[in-house]
Amino acid sequence: MAQRIPTRLGDGSLVEMTRAEVEADLHAGSEAAAKRAKVEPLTQDDLDHLLDIFTSSAKFSAVDYGDEVVLSFDGSGNSDVAAPVLEQVFYQNHHGADMIELWHHDYSYKAVRTVLSFQTQMLKDAQQQTVIPLNYGAMPDLGRYSQPDGPAPNWSELMPLGRIDEARAAQLEAVEHLEKDMWCVVEAMVAAGVDGIDFDTAGASGDADLLATLRTARRVRDTWPDIGVEIGQAAELVLGMHGQLEYEGTRLAGQWPLGQLRACTAAGATIFGPAVNVNTTKSLAWNTARSCALIKPVTAEATIPVHVNAGMGVGGVPMTPYPPVDATSRASRALVDICKIDGL
Amino acid sequence: MASTHALASGMGGMRTAGDLVARMQMTRGLRLPQAKQYVADKLGCSVADLSDTVAMHDIRRDLGLGRIQVQDLAYADWPGAMEAKFHIADVLDIPINSVERFKARAGLE
Repeated sequence: MAQRIPTRLGDGSLVEMTRAEVEADLHAGSEAAAKRAKVEPLTQDDLDHLLDIFTSSAKFSAVDYGDEVVLSFDGSGNSDVAAPVLEQVFYQNHHGADMIELWHHDYSYKAVRTVLSFQTQMLKDAQQQTVIPLNYGAMPDLGRYSQPDGPAPNWSELMPLGRIDEARAAQLEAVEHLEKDMWCVVEAMVAAGVDGIDFDTAGASGDADLLATLRTARRVRDTWPDIGVEIGQAAELVLGMHGQLEYEGTRLAGQWPLGQLRACTAAGATIFGPAVNVNTTKSLAWNTARSCALIKPVTAEATIPVHVNAGMGVGGVPMTPYPPVDATSRASRALVDICKIDGL
Repeated sequence: MASTHALASGMGGMRTAGDLVARMQMTRGLRLPQAKQYVADKLGCSVADLSDTVAMHDIRRDLGLGRIQVQDLAYADWPGAMEAKFHIADVLDIPINSVERFKARAGLE
């Protein structure tokens, strides 16, 4: 009887699989990415290396000496000590962070704008206490500008009624509000002394959300060439909620990580963060192979650093509040070894 | 999860030169090998030293780049956070926004 190896599903639950089952899932995950995103499947060498990682009985896995990458830690801290500045110090001193990020627990530029003076004071205080680079981050979060929470007509209600032109116009109206809020926050944070801005989960509300982010990123880069601009994606595929929006001649809807990289590079981002969603019912091997296949062409082409999102539910890390060490370390190592990423 | 990534694949942050390499990525958009090489050249060390806590402890001391207080060691007579960032800006030859703002507000320019 074949030996059964402990591993995980995408929801974090512990399962046992044979070596042959793990190998089959690695192939299937890679092929799933190739089929959907029209990327090359992983090479046999890649799959063999992943098989070694996922069939090891060790509880922990790590990269080789010299292969260490930069950890940017969007959303540093857990809000568990109710002291956001102190949490930045914790991440610097105790979690090995290479970069940290101050954030507000209502993680949206629209929400931050209402408490901006307090957030900028907090950022200034954090800069007095930390050495490592400090980002300020929030979500663009375009959906907040739709009624009843925001001023623009609700495009998600208009579309099912077939009122497509009105839905598109509503999104463009929302984009104007969003760009205004993001710029307001960025200007204040730069004045307070921030090192960089993180537009986190860009595209969460689809192509219009991403367009507003790209335009603002370009403006930041042109205004302050030494301020970092990190754009982390919301998902592996840009949803076409509008469907016709373009950035510098390229349609945003339907872009996979490689297309997202090109758009973010054109917008002047200095760090690109692809996100590949986890399928909670598939194995960690399947999910990680799929993530690697989607991200490998990104790092092969990138001219800016690629920091892969590898938190709960993305990048092969299980969708659970406490991602197990065995699973997270394998996903972490696999992304570095296979994709030659610049950071996480 | 943060600690897992740090141990599995991270450079080590301020215990090493992870924060310095990060600065070259975020401000100059350098890919990892180029960012590591740039920092190593500026520090006068090898790329391998950048992820080595023992090597970097001494290098950070010599250049005043800031170190983390540990249980038995305090560095009160060595550069603190903002002071270390002044040195980092000089050593890496990049402007650091918080340092520039500090200088302006303190009337140091």
